[in-house]
Amino acid sequence: MTVLKVENLSISFGDVAVISKLSFELEEGDFLCVVGENGSGKSTLLKAITGEIQAKGKIKFEGIKQNQVGYISQKSKIEEKFPATVEEIVASGSLNSPNFGFFYNRKIKAKTRDALKALKIEKLAKRSFGELSGGQKQKVLLARALMATEKFIILDEPSNNLDQKSRQELYDNLRALNEQGMTVIMVTHDLDHGNLIGNKILSLSKNMPFFGSTSDYVERIHHD
Amino acid sequence: MINQITEMLSYGFIQRALIVGIFLSIASALVGVPLVLRRKSMLGDGLSHVSFGAVAFAMFVGLAPAKFAVVIAILAALLILKSDKKSKSSSESHIAIMSAGALAIGMLFLSLQKGNTIDPNSYLFGSILLITPSDLWLSVIVSLIAIVLYCFFYKQIFAVSFDEEFARAIGIKAGFYDVVFAVICSVIVVLGMKLNGALLISAFIVFPCLSAMQIAKSFKFVVVCSVLFGLLSFLVGFVMSYLLATPAGATIAICELFFYLLAFVVAKIK
Repeated sequence: MTVLKVENLSISFGDVAVISKLSFELEEGDFLCVVGENGSGKSTLLKAITGEIQAKGKIKFEGIKQNQVGYISQKSKIEEKFPATVEEIVASGSLNSPNFGFFYNRKIKAKTRDALKALKIEKLAKRSFGELSGGQKQKVLLARALMATEKFIILDEPSNNLDQKSRQELYDNLRALNEQGMTVIMVTHDLDHGNLIGNKILSLSKNMPFFGSTSDYVERIHHD
Repeated sequence: MINQITEMLSYGFIQRALIVGIFLSIASALVGVPLVLRRKSMLGDGLSHVSFGAVAFAMFVGLAPAKFAVVIAILAALLILKSDKKSKSSSESHIAIMSAGALAIGMLFLSLQKGNTIDPNSYLFGSILLITPSDLWLSVIVSLIAIVLYCFFYKQIFAVSFDEEFARAIGIKAGFYDVVFAVICSVIVVLGMKLNGALLISAFIVFPCLSAMQIAKSFKFVVVCSVLFGLLSFLVGFVMSYLLATPAGATIAICELFFYLLAFVVAKIK
């Protein structure tokens, strides 16, 4: 079943066209890696998909609403020493449903505990975000994304600044979620063939634009 | 000392200043949290200078100073927010331009007034004698609105402060909260300017959060501690200014600084 349709998407900043007439579709349970050199429009594409920036063309979600997507922005944009506990951060992922006032209700608190357990970080619940390692921080952001969605997750270069072990753990978690039916879009610079995860690749590279299966992409790289 | 405090509380203008200060210190400490955490703490400073310029201009042309200053400060705050998103230069540079320009305009119009009986220092460093009964009611109403909005949108304020991109992605209207808090911040600055002065009002907004951040690890604790630091600094500073016959604004600002340093030392020892 199609879960995301992107048709003739064009994005420009002033006179500079960043993305031009891009079209692709994702099926439920797809794992798409978006690759391309710096400035090719990878993060811009994600922002258009999440609705943060306006774009020409069509972006259509099927079966879910646009704000029911779990999003992990580039960690570098988050204040490292922000005074917040893991629990506070993860619970805030539930705010795509109307929820006002000072406290979270029992249902959200229970869901927060479940998200922490799913990523095996329940012991970090009361810890401050600033005290965590890079890998732990990424797990917290992933848990927050899981509060927002059960179906679709979008990640912007989540492996940046992670050591090999944390990166592997992150990929293992993403694979496990994907196997449970979660559709994933991930922008990555991690282009070692061994690290290419997911079943589809979208390359925004000007030299080698591509959308298709990961195996076809690898074959094409070898062929070229 | 108790006799002196009792005597202090018997004066009408002191009672007004005390009530205004209590409400504004709570509201400004709350508003200061998202401003500081989103690195927009200079907004309060910039708006206070703009308000000073607006007050001086309004007095020169015969307009109601406070009302005119509120309108101008709100416009300036919205302009800063807009330029932050659209301009190539940083919002700090826009605030610096506005601050210096407005301060110069303010001093110029104050000096041009014939028969000027108002000491510019009253507006620059605050004077509790300037606080009118209408200021009192406006301060209480605005502060209560700020407190209610803060409690109602508390979780959204947290989400936007921590990670604006994520907040937008899940449908939180970050721009709406920017506008609401810029407007509240503008009104607080104009009202607080009479008490603390244009040059010192930003201490009211920024210091409580910075002090709280030294010792608090959760957002909730930062918010609670900010309010406590803001309130305590005001009360101690206000009473001390009476007992020592020192300017209220400066004494309160020194208390804010003292509590910040205290929190800093406590955090280091821990």
